[in-house]
Amino acid sequence: MLSANMVALAYLVASVLIILALKGLSSPESSRRGNTFGMVGLVIAVLVTLQLSSVQNYTWIFIAIAVGALIGGLAARKIPMTHMPQTVAFMHSLVGLAAVLIAVSAFANPVGYGITDVFGQMHVSSRIELFLGAFIGAITFTASLVAFGKLHGFLSGRPVTFSGQHIVNLILGTLMIAAGVMFCIDLTWTPFLVMLFIAMLLGILLIIPIGGADMPVIVSMLNSYSGWAAAGIGFTLGNNMLIVAGALVGSSGAILSYIMCKAMNRSLFHVLLGGFGNHAPVATGGAALEARPFKSGSAEDAAFLLKNARSVVIVPGYGLAVARAQHALKEVVDKLLEQDIQVKFAIHPVAGRMPGHMNVLLAEADVPYDIVYEMDEINPEFADTDVVLVIGANDVTNPAAKTDPTSPIYGMPVLDVSKAAHVLVIKRSLSVGYAGLDNDLFYMDKTMMIFDDAKKACESLIHVLD
Amino acid sequence: MCASVPCDMAGQAAAHVSQTPDPFMMSFSVFILAIFVGYHVVWNVTPALHTPLMSVTNAISSIVIVGAIIASGPIEMNLASVLGLIAVGLASVNIFGGFMVTQRMLAMFKKRS
Repeated sequence: MLSANMVALAYLVASVLIILALKGLSSPESSRRGNTFGMVGLVIAVLVTLQLSSVQNYTWIFIAIAVGALIGGLAARKIPMTHMPQTVAFMHSLVGLAAVLIAVSAFANPVGYGITDVFGQMHVSSRIELFLGAFIGAITFTASLVAFGKLHGFLSGRPVTFSGQHIVNLILGTLMIAAGVMFCIDLTWTPFLVMLFIAMLLGILLIIPIGGADMPVIVSMLNSYSGWAAAGIGFTLGNNMLIVAGALVGSSGAILSYIMCKAMNRSLFHVLLGGFGNHAPVATGGAALEARPFKSGSAEDAAFLLKNARSVVIVPGYGLAVARAQHALKEVVDKLLEQDIQVKFAIHPVAGRMPGHMNVLLAEADVPYDIVYEMDEINPEFADTDVVLVIGANDVTNPAAKTDPTSPIYGMPVLDVSKAAHVLVIKRSLSVGYAGLDNDLFYMDKTMMIFDDAKKACESLIHVLD
Repeated sequence: MCASVPCDMAGQAAAHVSQTPDPFMMSFSVFILAIFVGYHVVWNVTPALHTPLMSVTNAISSIVIVGAIIASGPIEMNLASVLGLIAVGLASVNIFGGFMVTQRMLAMFKKRS
């Protein structure tokens, strides 16, 4: 058995390795090494904990780890990349539930955690920490389950709203804190369980009013919650490694939520109040609902434009993934590259269903990451681009966000697609995007619409480009 | 009254005790500093890798397995240890699943050959 100082030192090493794991993600080259650091960190943490003198129940612990490893390993191999958002949401709910179980267990057997005073009573600070860890875990658990259901399609992605919703949530929140305070004072099961139950109910109620379009923010926010729950458990155990890991995850999720909100021009407050993505299409400047002239063309027309271009920028949206067209699109790209045409991808931060989702989908289709550019990198280049191919994207290309102060999305950062010489849009119809807005881009003189399913359109393009 | 040396020493010791912060303050300091570290490290993550960032942070927050192992430590089975064992299982799903799916994603990111 290691001495207490050696244990603390090993936990410190694990904490540093976890920080290095996140640091590795600053570039794709260093990221795989970073991931290995993270794994080593977790292995050290688990091994050091297993050798503690209080840990004796090896058989059952190994069985539990083996079952978890089997399920997790199989899931990690099988999950399609398009399902990453719901997978991540589901994993958040597991962290939340684990945190709740640990908190209940710590309350049932506080002596085992060394959080009692000489009379066997739990310290007041430990009670507060236990309360915080338990309710954050409980909210994370059910909220993530609802997010998972919405993302996977078990539940409707439409916001569920009812009158007095926010008042109900406020009352429940107050009751939950009251139960928590009662628990901290008299240390009995009833207020503890009531507190957990209300927290789980709140988790459901907080997520149902939030629409499908806001899910990238919610997944990031739940990522943050799962971190705070882990930190809460760290405070309960007085374990700095858990506190460090939890704080890292918590701040990571918070930053991602902020990035997503900014990319959608929404405040976190408004996202949380919910109800977005439910309203009827809004007319802007009186022009949106009129029949406006537009140009449409065939795959042959599109291929002609592409072949004669020197530079092409492709703007993919989630519609691309829905149509499973990534691989067909990659073949189009290969054909263009063969003809010495410069091809770049432009990714809007909310192009997928979670932060960075589109990058993973393109990487899966073997699109090299060094031709994939972020919005801020590529926006200055549109003016010098011959042809932009918009495929499965809508709101993120709408020039009204920059030019029309009356537009609901005015101020949202968009890709400057309209500055290019020619624009090709592959889309099934002129239907509106998530924001319920008509897109001025579709009606510009330089724009040609190709009305087709993204995958079929790419396949025809491959055929014609031959 | 406190003229004797031992009494003085006891007084000094008491003064020392009052100057030692609660263990919570140590934890809280670590917590705040770690948030700053997280803030700076995460802003450096390239946006292209934000999805792997989320899956790896998932695996990392499953470090609560440490608490779960302690909970399931005693040989005798009771409510506390059974709940602990379930938590060990749940956290393992996340640790293995999280790191492996991250590895799988990162392996897809290739440069132009």
